Amino acid sequence: MKRAGIIMVLGSIFLLGIFVFPLWNIRLGAPQYPEPLGINIYINGLQGENEFDIQNIDGLNHYIGMKTLPKPEDMWEFSVFPKVVALMAGIGIVIGLLSVFIKISPTWFLIWFVSMSVLGALGIYDFNLWLVDYGSDLDPNAIMKLVNPDGTPMQYNPPLIGHKKLLNFDAFSYPRAGGILLGIGIILSLVAYFVGKKSQSST
Amino acid sequence: MKIRILLINCFFIAALAFMVSCGQAGEKNGNGALGTSIAEKVYVAPGERDEQYGFLSGGYSGNLTVYGLPSGRLFKEIPVFSQFPTSGYGYSEETKPMLNTSFGFIPWDDLHHPDISQTNGELDGRWIFANGNNTPRIARISLSTFETEEIIEVPNSAGNHSSSFITENTEYVVAGTRFSVPVPQKDMPIKEYKSNFKGALTFIAVEPEHGHMDIKFQLLMPGFNYDLSHPGRGKSHGWFFFSTYNTEEASTLLEVNASQNDKDFIAAVNWKKIEEFVNNGGGTKMPANYAHNVYDESTHTAKSTMKTEVLTVNPSDVPGAIYFLPTPKSPHGCDVDPSGQYIIGAGKLSANITVHSFDKMLAAIEAEKFDGDAYGIPIINYDDVLAGSVQSGGLGPLHTEFDGRGNAYTTFFISSEVVKWKLGTWEVVDRKPTYYSVGHLMIPGGNSRKPHGKYLVAMNKITKDRYLPTGPEMEHSAQIYDISGEKMELLYDFPTHGEPHYAAGCNAELLVENSKKIYRIDENNHPYGIKSPADARVERDGNEVHIYMSTIRSHFTPDNIEGIKVGDKVYFHITNHEQDFDVPHGFSMIGQGTSEILIMPGQTKTSLWEPKRVGVWPFYCTDFCSALHQEMQGYVRVSPAGSNIELAWSLDE
Repeated sequence: MKRAGIIMVLGSIFLLGIFVFPLWNIRLGAPQYPEPLGINIYINGLQGENEFDIQNIDGLNHYIGMKTLPKPEDMWEFSVFPKVVALMAGIGIVIGLLSVFIKISPTWFLIWFVSMSVLGALGIYDFNLWLVDYGSDLDPNAIMKLVNPDGTPMQYNPPLIGHKKLLNFDAFSYPRAGGILLGIGIILSLVAYFVGKKSQSST
Repeated sequence: MKIRILLINCFFIAALAFMVSCGQAGEKNGNGALGTSIAEKVYVAPGERDEQYGFLSGGYSGNLTVYGLPSGRLFKEIPVFSQFPTSGYGYSEETKPMLNTSFGFIPWDDLHHPDISQTNGELDGRWIFANGNNTPRIARISLSTFETEEIIEVPNSAGNHSSSFITENTEYVVAGTRFSVPVPQKDMPIKEYKSNFKGALTFIAVEPEHGHMDIKFQLLMPGFNYDLSHPGRGKSHGWFFFSTYNTEEASTLLEVNASQNDKDFIAAVNWKKIEEFVNNGGGTKMPANYAHNVYDESTHTAKSTMKTEVLTVNPSDVPGAIYFLPTPKSPHGCDVDPSGQYIIGAGKLSANITVHSFDKMLAAIEAEKFDGDAYGIPIINYDDVLAGSVQSGGLGPLHTEFDGRGNAYTTFFISSEVVKWKLGTWEVVDRKPTYYSVGHLMIPGGNSRKPHGKYLVAMNKITKDRYLPTGPEMEHSAQIYDISGEKMELLYDFPTHGEPHYAAGCNAELLVENSKKIYRIDENNHPYGIKSPADARVERDGNEVHIYMSTIRSHFTPDNIEGIKVGDKVYFHITNHEQDFDVPHGFSMIGQGTSEILIMPGQTKTSLWEPKRVGVWPFYCTDFCSALHQEMQGYVRVSPAGSNIELAWSLDE
């Protein structure tokens, strides 16, 4: 049971990686941008991969009438998400430690895993909503108005994950260290549950 | 008369050489398989980059051109001594002071010899220096911004030709006068030239951190013509060598009268000794009037300051610092090999190349073996300083560069060829024709202790039948040779701008990393710059109107300005708020008596407009910046003088 608790603590600590590393990265490349433009998405705001990338992406996006990329104060997510993750990491560490020092049921790990997974899924859902909103809620006075072959207005949201062609740009969207650590942390809580379960049955 | 006959003979031989060389070219072009492999050596595929930078002087264009080697592709023209409408250099309010001199605003000069800064005798890629030959000036160009940052005028000088060569730690850049003149200038009969005119050799100290220039001392030499120069290096570091002609001190028909002496001199100057003399309080301060113009990268603005004094040194006050090395047949080129041992003097009316030995020079000085003196300066016995001479069989040797493998390459103007020979044995190894009338040649790093030794660029005065004809005047031509093997191989011809005299080159890696991509807007300290388009506005101060304007793809803020009156002085202070590599915006105003300006990302530039007619006049962006570049425009309404229309403008509406 001790081992399961340590894994749980470790997993929860991994969650904190998002306060150091970016969660996600969206990169836009095209032949005329030999150095691609990139946005790193942190839990508390956006940052250009290179110093002036955000300004230059906004500059490009204004042709299609896209809003400028959000500052931390423009989105509630950037203040709420860090609190949620910090809280969950705290709870994870506490239940991990409790299981090391006073025996508690590994079910707690499972409860934590399920709630964190639900929160994570909600976060990804919200992220996707945000991408779709930015890519489709365009200024009606936009300089360029492009339509799909079926006549519907073109949307410019990058993919949630993977690659998508946006006009002449190749958009790539992938998790970065913060996001990967978050994923590992959540999985570790499930591992902790099974390890705890196994040690329980063996005693 | 004898000389005339000799010259006529020279031209006959030159014509012969010309015909022979044409025949050779014909044969070579017929060789298909070889031709293909040659093409591959200069082919730089799309998206790939050249190995080296070549900086070719623009001669009478006044500017410096940047080429890729080996492709010969032109990358940029850097304005130095001439107004340049492409960027507004010398037209914008910020850069006008760069061309200020003691004669006032001089919008042109004749740029001759670029030289890249060095540390320990190796190129360090920080700056490139260049001389203005006409109104004597030295410029320093930054190799991170590729902009001219500083120009200093050289007083008591005329025809600033034997420059701008630098010592091996960039301690000094020299400015040697080609024409001797009265010092100080005065009204006097020209026929009293002899012993009254002086030749100033000016040593300009370069401040190591920022490269700022300041005249340390001026050596007032006898009234010869100081033609070219090179610094000692390695063992001869601390010396500078200047070729001379007209040691006859003739003042009429120099073509003949300056060619009477069989030997002129190379002046060997121990500048360390003179520096020491000056540091100990030696020298005479002389009133002078010369401009020192410095461009500040943070304010994007140049400032011109007039200086009033120069420290002069009379050679006889520093005994043992200067010697004359007799050198046959009006030497032009004066080059020092990478080891610093050999000083090559090329007699331009000679068939042979004279090589002096630095060690033998020191020994002769030690033994005081002199062959008289000239104005108190000891003349070393010719045979005591001669290391050897190259019996070339060519005609009119001019300039020599080195490959760092013990070979030297000399251009021959009259016989129009490059001759490769071995240092030490003086034997000719190879010779290749040039098309036509080659002047200088350049091996990247050739003027340092470490030449790259792969390519040689020959700069030709005449192009004739090499390209499609363009009327009576053709641009000059450069030729690139592969010199990595025993025999030289002509790879490519490419046209050059102006008359390229000399060139400097270096490996691309030396500059690529430090090349600036933008100016940071947060470091823009221009007094009329604005940090964001939100600060855009128009202010009136008497009849001066200052427009604080922002540009970003694809609009001006403000646009549509009203309340301007005939007779106003309208200053457009334009800040480019892009922070993206290679996205300048331009500005031009109808009827403006100046050029457009091109404003780099993060930069502020000012264009002055003095409206003369009532009306509504458009302005627009001159550099295609985006899909909506054509829409990047605005109007200025000009009302009659004395009308009371209030200033008004629109902001992003």
